[in-house]
Amino acid sequence: MPIVNYVDHGGNCTQIDVPADDSVMEGAIANGVEGIVAECGGSAMCATCHVYVREEFLGLLPPVGEIEDTMLDLTASERRDNSRLSCQIRMSDALDGLTVEMPETQT
Amino acid sequence: METTVIIGASHGGVQVAASLREMNYSGRIILAAEEPHLPYHRPPLSKALLDPAQPDGLMLRPSAFYEQKDITLRLGKRVDAIDLDKHVVRFGSEEAIGFDHLVLATGARARIPQIEGINLRNVLTLRTLPDAKSLAASLTSAQDVVVLGAGMIGLEFAAVAARAGRRTTVIDATSRPLLRGLSPEMAQHLQKMHEANGVRFIFDDGITTIEGDEAVSAVVTKSGQRIKADLVLVAVGVVPNVELAVAAGIEADNGIVVDTHLQTSHEGIYAIGDCAAFPANGGNRLRIESVQNATDHARTVAASIVGKRQPFNKVPWFWSDQYDAKLQIAGLWNGYDQAILRPSGNDGSFAYYLFANDKLLCVEAINAPGDHVAARKILSDGLDLRPEHLADPSFDPKLFMRQQPSHS
Repeated sequence: MPIVNYVDHGGNCTQIDVPADDSVMEGAIANGVEGIVAECGGSAMCATCHVYVREEFLGLLPPVGEIEDTMLDLTASERRDNSRLSCQIRMSDALDGLTVEMPETQT
Repeated sequence: METTVIIGASHGGVQVAASLREMNYSGRIILAAEEPHLPYHRPPLSKALLDPAQPDGLMLRPSAFYEQKDITLRLGKRVDAIDLDKHVVRFGSEEAIGFDHLVLATGARARIPQIEGINLRNVLTLRTLPDAKSLAASLTSAQDVVVLGAGMIGLEFAAVAARAGRRTTVIDATSRPLLRGLSPEMAQHLQKMHEANGVRFIFDDGITTIEGDEAVSAVVTKSGQRIKADLVLVAVGVVPNVELAVAAGIEADNGIVVDTHLQTSHEGIYAIGDCAAFPANGGNRLRIESVQNATDHARTVAASIVGKRQPFNKVPWFWSDQYDAKLQIAGLWNGYDQAILRPSGNDGSFAYYLFANDKLLCVEAINAPGDHVAARKILSDGLDLRPEHLADPSFDPKLFMRQQPSHS
């Protein structure tokens, strides 16, 4: 199972095995990782599962979709070049070791 | 130790508990719910029915969350009474728990009209996880689906049924779909989309009789039409769960009546989400059934409990998925006097901007997230968007949202 490293705002890292095809958001919610809220349940509606993706993984991700791009403008914390909605990132073996940082606040 | 009791553990109730801990509340938190399941996301139940990969639904938080946060979950436990004098809630006759703060997040239940045959098999409602399971199971073998009620739940299920190739008929007592939820302009668009997918609408009508031996076989409408049916979804709105509050002497009127701080007629007792009738601008009371309303209510109440009182003042927003259309709504449409259509791309996406006296009230968007996001910001920041802006073909809502100074 691919591993995701969730790094909270204080720099603490939680390592979780996330089944392929599950989203990075689902991996966080199922394991109680704090810092990802996912109020809309993965519909790309609420922008409360915002993460910053470590640079080295950015190129491996599918491009930001139009809805995601727009919702990223609504995030509570600053949008950066490596901002993504974690509900839109599906895990795969190629993404093993993916490291995401959680923003200071989601709401 | 100070204790907060929350009755109801859906989107609102769970958010109160989570927000209290985020706000460093150190008291005891008891979250009680009649439903036995770990609290789960409700919107997917009607949008995609049940994901076979997730037969228990999508949980709001894992069970470990409640342990980590020292939130006492009491699932499958019905609160039978609230004693305002003694400040306790009673579970049956044996157990009573004292509270300093009480949050009523009791939600709403499906309204069940009195129709002959309503108890036949395969006549269902959709509100809970077990409801969604029954409906998904019945849909597998159904051929002829009748949906009573052209509201959001009815239409979302009609889309699922039609897409699964079922002959689908929607019957509504009013003259159009989504009378409460959408402007006539957008409702007409949705109706056409459903019709293009084979859904038949019957308006200004109702069901007088549901026929069948053990399971439903047909419905008879008020106008005398007999429609074959082996599955009927009754989706004619909800009844707010106010009985517990009313029995305790708390005021209710189409929902538990609360003030701008979401406090009921009794100090320290709050009501949030679907069951709460709260004052809106202009003095009307609103009762809104949505995730956003429940969770934003929850944050306001949690803030009050930790001593950071603030009036509730959030822009309502909603979403729905039907076929390939993502409908996104910001604001409330009622009372508009001008609807301006803004096509947003070559892909058929568009949005209606609804104004009253040249002031933006609501934006209803189909596959146009930029319009939706901008609308939420424009409405919450009070930016001065006017019909003239929309008249400019180069108008870009996201640019408008960014150019304007933020008031918040």
